[in-house]
Amino acid sequence: MSETSEPVRPRVALFVTCMVDALYPGVGNAAVELLEHHGATVLIPEHQTCCGQPAFNNGYRDEARRMARHFLDVFTPLIENGEVDAIVVPSGSCVAMVTRFYEILFDETKHPHDRRRAASLESVTFELTQYLVDVLGVTTVDSRFPGHLTYHACCHLLRELGIDAQPRSLLAAVEGSEIVDLAGADECCGFGGLFAVKNSELSTAMGRRKVRNIRESGADAVAVNDVSCMTHMNGLLERERCSCRAVHIAELLNAGGDRDAG
Amino acid sequence: MPVEVGAPYRRRLRQALDDEAQRTALDRATARLSAQRAQALAAVDNPRLRQNARAIRQSAIQDLPKLLEQLEANLLTNGCQVHWARDADEATRIVCGIAEKSRTRRVVKSKSMVTEEIGLNHALEALGIDVVETDLGEYIIQLAGEPPSHIIAPVIHKRVEDISELLQRELGMPPTDDPAVMCAAARKRLRQEFLNADMGISGCNFAIAETGTICIITNEGNGRMVTSMPRVYVAVAGIEKVVHSVEDAALLWQAASRNATGQNVSVYFSMSSGPRRHGHADGPDEMHVVLLDNGRTRMLERGYGDATLCIRCGACINACPVYREIGGHAYGRTPYNGPIGAVITPLLADEPASHKELPFASSLCGVCRDVCPVKIDLPRLLLDLRSDIVESGATPRSERLAMKAFARSAEAPARFRRLRGLARLASRLPVRPPPLNRWARTRALPPVPRSGFLESRKRRDRDGRGEPRG
Repeated sequence: MSETSEPVRPRVALFVTCMVDALYPGVGNAAVELLEHHGATVLIPEHQTCCGQPAFNNGYRDEARRMARHFLDVFTPLIENGEVDAIVVPSGSCVAMVTRFYEILFDETKHPHDRRRAASLESVTFELTQYLVDVLGVTTVDSRFPGHLTYHACCHLLRELGIDAQPRSLLAAVEGSEIVDLAGADECCGFGGLFAVKNSELSTAMGRRKVRNIRESGADAVAVNDVSCMTHMNGLLERERCSCRAVHIAELLNAGGDRDAG
Repeated sequence: MPVEVGAPYRRRLRQALDDEAQRTALDRATARLSAQRAQALAAVDNPRLRQNARAIRQSAIQDLPKLLEQLEANLLTNGCQVHWARDADEATRIVCGIAEKSRTRRVVKSKSMVTEEIGLNHALEALGIDVVETDLGEYIIQLAGEPPSHIIAPVIHKRVEDISELLQRELGMPPTDDPAVMCAAARKRLRQEFLNADMGISGCNFAIAETGTICIITNEGNGRMVTSMPRVYVAVAGIEKVVHSVEDAALLWQAASRNATGQNVSVYFSMSSGPRRHGHADGPDEMHVVLLDNGRTRMLERGYGDATLCIRCGACINACPVYREIGGHAYGRTPYNGPIGAVITPLLADEPASHKELPFASSLCGVCRDVCPVKIDLPRLLLDLRSDIVESGATPRSERLAMKAFARSAEAPARFRRLRGLARLASRLPVRPPPLNRWARTRALPPVPRSGFLESRKRRDRDGRGEPRG
């Protein structure tokens, strides 16, 4: 119980995702700083690993269930004990895994316990920009980006979760940048997880189309909400000798503002 | 070099990606069809149209046995002959039998994917019967000796300039890039075929149970001639095509038209309710309806009932970022391609494993579900199929072992963190092991940092300072 009259700070658990953990610590740090800056207290559960999406997307449901159970073991108690109010994730596809696909993994009759645990997380698991805008009510950000900025709508974020206005509104608030249109902004970049290696030529063809559109947009940076798509786009942008880069939205929203000055 | 539909998956993919002319044609056509569709749907209350269309299809599939009995009874009352075919072989035998009995020498066909599904043309040709496709697109690919590459636009993989060249060669048409001139050249030839034909064969868009009526959607008028000019008319219908009422068919006709080509409704909608009756000026002497299962019941039984709701509009195909790059022939020997094809081709096949690559040939981007007029959750069906394929043991052993190891390590955080070190090592090798090599052929690998996010946070907390140790 709070003994002061100060408004209670929302408490969130960060599921940083396995890819951010392994490859992009800067994105994780930016997410933490953003959440803290906008008034949340961030808990980072030490034993978190992977939500199980790579296994699930490739048809390995037994394996996906094991990973999902581990996720539930780590995060459900935090919600149940009231240690945190929400789970925040800097990725649309990992949120979709938890809030939409765990239901498929955990059958009501075969796995009633896990099904219940998963269901208890559905309404409290948020993608980062969704949490900032819809829950914290963020409308302004202290960040600067000098140059042309555009936005690529990651597939799961847009079509599984219906999140689009939130990241766009936050980007529009970035100072010093001009937002430019990206043709086919809502078209897949061709990543698709293991699809990118199982069907590498096809995936590359899809990605090259994205690169062509990015080139034509004249953007200096493409904001994305998933580091998986970001990795794919940057891998191609680099090889295709395009100077533009895909940047995770957390880093853009946390860039060059007052906090980082100097 | 065109795509060989009979080649192994990898080769088909390679051939499709290397075919610049085809890629240009696909780019042009899918963009045009998608734009037309968007415009046609902006003019109506699309959420309601989808809701209603889905409800109609769902109700038909729910009542399938009852509706099929009703359909059969009404077709018989109307003077049709009804045949049931369990599979492709039985269906082709039935149609060949009708052709022999009626001494058919020449057949005209309207565009029909179900007859492609059962390989009907080859079976008839093996009896020495001339088979002529009369839909312009189908006629063109028949001249080219190719199968259709799209359920609505069978010749979508060819540019207008390629088609002109083909018609100049095959029909002696003078050089032109005017589609109207090409159409006229084909029409002149086709008119004679209609007049000479003994049998007309069509597929079926909707089979109306309450009236015993076969409906086909066309834009060229050829469908009506196929169903009414020759003395024998045979309609081949998948059993899932049945609907309750004329009203249901009318709504689905609109949904299919708007989503397929962006038309309010197609130019023609031909409804056939039996052979010519006493006093009628025209119509066939005999009308046969072949009701085909060929895996559809199995689809329902295996939990893929949603796929039987499809009204074959092709919207998912036009919107698909995979199809747009590779076209229909890359999906192999099947008339069904794109997202819906990747689902139903393995399900309709005797050996689903013979098409095991198709459900994985998708990035699961979900645009197909968003455009589907009957709201089929295609990504979900692809995910379910992938799971079935894994469970059948058809995926490589190395992949199965890797997935197992990955899942096991995810339960042990310390072990899981060590995977990053492995990735760091692998990414620095001069020769990268799979699957990194397949990534790195066309894409730069991201640098793998010395320590991960959770590790450095932990160290930071332990050290009680803001900077990780260098």
